[in-house]
Amino acid sequence: MLEVVIFYLSALIAIGGAVLMIAQRNPVASVLYLIVSLAAQAVLYIQLSALFVGALLIIVYAGAILVLFLFVIMLLNLRGEHFEGQDQKVGRITKYVLSGLFFIELVIIVRQLAIPARTDIVSAQTATDFGGVEPVAELLYTKYLFPFELTSVLLLVAVVGAVVMARREKSEKQGGV
Amino acid sequence: MIPIAHYLILGGLLFAIGAVGVIVSRNLIVMFMSIELMLNAANLAIIAFSRSLNLMDGHVFVFLIMAVAAAEAAVGLAIIIAIFRNRETINADKFNLLRR
Amino acid sequence: MNHSLYLIILLPLLGFLLNGLLLGRLKKGFVSFIACASVGLSFVWGVKVFFELLAMPEGARAIQETLFTWIPAGQFQVDFSLLFDPLSSVMVLVVAGVSFIIHIYSIGYMHDDPGFGRYFTYLNLFVFAMLTLVLADNYLLMFVGWEGVGLCSYLLIGFWFEKKSASDAGKKAFIVNRIGDFGFLIGLFIIFWQVGSLNYADVFARAPEVFAVGGGVITAATLLLFLGATGKSAQIPLFVWLPDAMEGPTPVSALIHAATMVTAGVYMIARSNVLFMMAPTTLAVVAIVGLATALMAATIALAQNDIKRVLAYSTISQLGYMFAACGVAAFAAGIFHLMTHAFFKALLFLGSGSVIHAMAGQQDMRYMGGLKKQQPATFVTFFIATLAIAGIPGFSGFFSKDEILWKSFSSDFGSPILWAVGLFTAILTAFYMFRLVYLTFYGEGRMDNHTKAHLHESPKVMTVPLMVLAVLSVIGGYVGIPHVLGGSNRFEQFLHPVMTGLHGGADTSEHVLTSAGHSAGTELTLMIGSVVLILIAIYMAYYLYLKNIDLAGRIRNNLSGVHALLHGKYFVDEIYGALIIRPLINGSLFLWKIIDVFVIDGIANGLASIVGDISTGVRPVQTGTMRTYATMILAGAVVLIGYFIIR
Repeated sequence: MLEVVIFYLSALIAIGGAVLMIAQRNPVASVLYLIVSLAAQAVLYIQLSALFVGALLIIVYAGAILVLFLFVIMLLNLRGEHFEGQDQKVGRITKYVLSGLFFIELVIIVRQLAIPARTDIVSAQTATDFGGVEPVAELLYTKYLFPFELTSVLLLVAVVGAVVMARREKSEKQGGV
Repeated sequence: MIPIAHYLILGGLLFAIGAVGVIVSRNLIVMFMSIELMLNAANLAIIAFSRSLNLMDGHVFVFLIMAVAAAEAAVGLAIIIAIFRNRETINADKFNLLRR
Repeated sequence: MNHSLYLIILLPLLGFLLNGLLLGRLKKGFVSFIACASVGLSFVWGVKVFFELLAMPEGARAIQETLFTWIPAGQFQVDFSLLFDPLSSVMVLVVAGVSFIIHIYSIGYMHDDPGFGRYFTYLNLFVFAMLTLVLADNYLLMFVGWEGVGLCSYLLIGFWFEKKSASDAGKKAFIVNRIGDFGFLIGLFIIFWQVGSLNYADVFARAPEVFAVGGGVITAATLLLFLGATGKSAQIPLFVWLPDAMEGPTPVSALIHAATMVTAGVYMIARSNVLFMMAPTTLAVVAIVGLATALMAATIALAQNDIKRVLAYSTISQLGYMFAACGVAAFAAGIFHLMTHAFFKALLFLGSGSVIHAMAGQQDMRYMGGLKKQQPATFVTFFIATLAIAGIPGFSGFFSKDEILWKSFSSDFGSPILWAVGLFTAILTAFYMFRLVYLTFYGEGRMDNHTKAHLHESPKVMTVPLMVLAVLSVIGGYVGIPHVLGGSNRFEQFLHPVMTGLHGGADTSEHVLTSAGHSAGTELTLMIGSVVLILIAIYMAYYLYLKNIDLAGRIRNNLSGVHALLHGKYFVDEIYGALIIRPLINGSLFLWKIIDVFVIDGIANGLASIVGDISTGVRPVQTGTMRTYATMILAGAVVLIGYFIIR
């Protein structure tokens, strides 16, 4: 019973956070709502006994990536930016309808899926350390070693790319900052 | 007690909300955050399947997706900074150079 | 045993890459050092491999080296592989050796030219391409070198491209060569179609099974190959480019348009002797075209005043000799003459370059004269070369030319008529060469005073190569002393394993037979007779152009029609212009104005405007804003997923 409560509560918070995120004018508030949504999702991860990944979601996503977002927003001082321009009403409604249709289609697909009926998804029949750090790490360093190592290259490239993109041009520097 | 389908539908809902954020918002940063949300919605579905199939490979995928998301965030934010420096705005509707 | 054949072509390539990639950043001394050293080392390596080849037993003298597979396409496979056998060894030594000497000479000749680095870059590329041509072990790789030397020839003829005549001459050479290359390629296609391979070994081994002797296919194939040879080696009807090629720097004329590249056609025919022996008709055509070219070019050379043009026509004439030798199945004699000709003709050109250098660019012999005193070294070496080309006994040209004349008389494919034409040409050769020498080096100086004051001997870096070539021009013939003079014609024996086309080794006996059929006495008589006639020709030149120069003028006036014909080079250029180029231009104009502008452009523009109209209609969809595109992507996803659900 507790599980059901936790699930629906977390789901509600996740959805609410997401909706509020896109509804905000102020980007700082958007980031904070996204963090709330992610935290709720992390709870769901842990409920699915994905302990390691759930922890990563909090630490890496909320702790690092979203702080980076915040940092950029502060850096650009976007708080007061006003986004002028008005969408046509028809266009706006079309977009919502489209997204709604998309969701409905996803639901239909899920309904059509032949998922083995599991009444108790958090059962005790799985290994006790399912989703823990150790077994995930073992997979990472054995079966998925090569993609894992490739990730490091990807991150390196991203770092170089970010530095190149964000660097000031020479002429700008000479112009005097 | 919670069927897997519930997790999947939740993931789908989050994904759809993210999609709305991308196509409705004019703020580049909010669009970008919406994309992160969509990524996480997919992650949720993967974790759910992983639990249902009793395989931990899904966790590894989620891990890798997070690494990709981090890389994407670094580069994407750098691009946003570069754009802002050039155009003094991050209003997505102002960037219609492709039209000409 | 590893012979590292690839070094021979790799070194000039490295020189080319170094000089070409660092063009303009190296000092002149360094550029010339790289260029000369790469070719010199290549020559040294060639000599080393040559001695390794000599150490092998006579029947097995061939080194083959496969570097990599170049084109693997189903059954068609071409390797980048090299073949070093007696024939290519001779060519490698001649090409690399003469190239090296001319490289050295060029240091002095090109010293003040702003294109110094470019010049040596091209020159190295040329050596690379030429060595690839002669070392290839299949026709396709040979064709690569063939095209490569053509390209270098074009680049070097138009070396002073700011001069319109030079760039025109370059284009002319390129286009005329292209006609020949077209024939060569079609010939290769026929061979591949029939034999299924382009490897020399495969082709020659299978040719007797595939082709009928004298059959139509083999005749067509060899005639097309010969067309390629006429383009590259400046024979009738494609000889017109060579005289114009003298627009290039003189060392280039010496190297490419006298000593090496133009002999590629002769080499190719000698290499393909198996095929040519199976097509007697082609052999007859080769012999007749060769001798006709020799005679025609020699007569033109009588009436030219430009020193380089005389030498150019002389080159065409001598190439005609080589083809005549091939045409009477005396391939070894052709290659022999190729070698000696490379020495003395390179020397003649370099000597003329030295003269032109001293005359500050003047090339007209009517304004020369008396240079003997000012340029002793040039004169002596030039004179030796003249004796060699005229065929004076004791000099290299005598042995090779006499070999060709005797073969054209005695061979199964020869006849006294061929011999008579050849002899007449030889007499003309002696006459015009001595005319050149007398006009240039003897008599009174006819240049203006300013030039006269500046006459000087060329620097050492130019005269030493002349001396080396002079020595070679003298001794080069002694490798092939004929039997009748007590020699054993070692050159022909050396080449014999390659000339398997003469029905597998039977030719030595055949040769002995023909020698027996025509007694040694006949050979000796003919030889002496020709020498006497040549000496008379030299005396006539002496009498007309030194003793009694007015008489020459009177003869010219009396025969003004003939002289105009010769001086105008039989107006071949003009005939080609009227028969080929003018119709081509008119046809092109028609295609341009009517077909292209009206029909094709009409269709193309019509299609374009239809597409343009449609595009204008659809254009508003492209708003250029990101969100519209994102919405469209979502819509697309919705539609696709919906399709899969409903299905």
